[in-house]
Amino acid sequence: MGRMEQSPLAIYQAHLEKGELAYQWSPEARKAVFYPRVLCPFTGSDRLEWRISAGLGTVYATTVVHPAREGAPYNVALIDCDEGFRPMSRVEDIPPETVRIGMRVRFHVHRPGDEPPYPVFVPVESP
Amino acid sequence: MGGLLRGSAAIVGVAESDLGAVAAEMSPIDLMAQGIHRAIADCGLALRDIDGLICATAQSRTSGLALAEYLGISPAFVDTTILGGSSFMFHIAHAQAALQLGLCKVAVIAYGSTQRTLGRRHASVREYNPYETPFRPFLPSTAYALAASRHMHQYGTTREQLAAVAVAARDWALLNPVAWEKKPLTIAEVLAARMISYPFTVRDCCLVTDGGGAVIMTTAECARSLKKAPIYALGCGQAITHANISSMPDVTVTGALASGRAAYAMAGLGAKDIDVVELYDAFTINTILFLEDLGFCPKGEGGSFVAAGRIAPKGSLPVNTNGGGLSYCHPGMYGLFLLIEATRQLRHECGARQVADCETALAHGNGGVLSSQSTVILGTQATL
Repeated sequence: MGRMEQSPLAIYQAHLEKGELAYQWSPEARKAVFYPRVLCPFTGSDRLEWRISAGLGTVYATTVVHPAREGAPYNVALIDCDEGFRPMSRVEDIPPETVRIGMRVRFHVHRPGDEPPYPVFVPVESP
Repeated sequence: MGGLLRGSAAIVGVAESDLGAVAAEMSPIDLMAQGIHRAIADCGLALRDIDGLICATAQSRTSGLALAEYLGISPAFVDTTILGGSSFMFHIAHAQAALQLGLCKVAVIAYGSTQRTLGRRHASVREYNPYETPFRPFLPSTAYALAASRHMHQYGTTREQLAAVAVAARDWALLNPVAWEKKPLTIAEVLAARMISYPFTVRDCCLVTDGGGAVIMTTAECARSLKKAPIYALGCGQAITHANISSMPDVTVTGALASGRAAYAMAGLGAKDIDVVELYDAFTINTILFLEDLGFCPKGEGGSFVAAGRIAPKGSLPVNTNGGGLSYCHPGMYGLFLLIEATRQLRHECGARQVADCETALAHGNGGVLSSQSTVILGTQATL
């Protein structure tokens, strides 16, 4: 493995800046790899291709966090993306307690401003 | 585990340090030393006999150095493996290996934490994860809540069944004089408590206490000449499946499946042969997952298994007889206390909570967010 000119995280975040949800594909394992890394956890190979997700997924697990002091309850979820990887994220646009396992969701980029962008999801169909 | 011989080493001394809320300015190393002093007295050895030093705490970067200096010893064997709350089960295997190889003759496994007096945020700094931290998971609770949500979805597990785990733990704690919680608890109270991360209320989550302790191990041969009946290490197994919950392959199936199989195979025992079960109950879902994965009930039936008092005192399966992390003590890395309680049960030292006629015990440790699993099976002389 040669010197890395850009970290896996930097490449991932650069895609997010462009509005893309990127993940890696291991051609030898024929599996998606997420989070991005320098080698494939299935084969040990450094042959990993970057791919762009279509941004569609299904809620795999969901919870509502109730902050102890201040702030409204909010959703945290694990999303099974159709390409076979499972990021942590949150489902927005609906009350957090109405997020259901099995719900179809679509990716969009959240841009906090002072911090790097990150992927969030909204229901594919309005509730 | 390959290479380890069933019954080649034994636990000969166990002790807790001060628990609950300890004196101001006590350090984790103070608590380790206090636990070691008491555990030495428990087995009739002296500090100079210890030549294997094993310890873990979230509050010291090089705890092996700190503890060796504090005790004034230069140990022949040192191990400070830290994999979360299950670390001490991994330590049992490492101690057994070191004893078998003759790397040391007497090993101590020690733990200390002052997370309650110090505040949890100061006691263990959480690492920033660019793929999880932006979503503000309240860790570890949120990770376990995600697992619980999936278990509820797939198997119909209910919040009432989760609450039954907390109630059973509380009923056991009421029989343990050193348990933190002193008042009875009902399922309705668990459900109505302050919500933390759905489906968990604060009563589905482990305590935040101080505490520490020590376990002393030696070879089976040396163990027989000491003060109390040796409790033999019959089997152990371990599995690491992930570090972060978003990388857990299936949040309803834990590494306890593999760690349990390995431990049972080494011990030549199965779930049906275990008399006392000590499971790492950081959250109520843990007990359900581990009962399933360790073979005490089929996958998906943990919820109905724990309902109706089956794991409570007078139930058919004694589980978490000290009151557990939910009601007895949870200083952050709780695994050592499972080993202490299993040993005491097998010695028949447990007073009001003593399980009758027990010869075998299983202590199962969990670390991280269901990440590291390690199972230890212990037995009396009669099981050799």
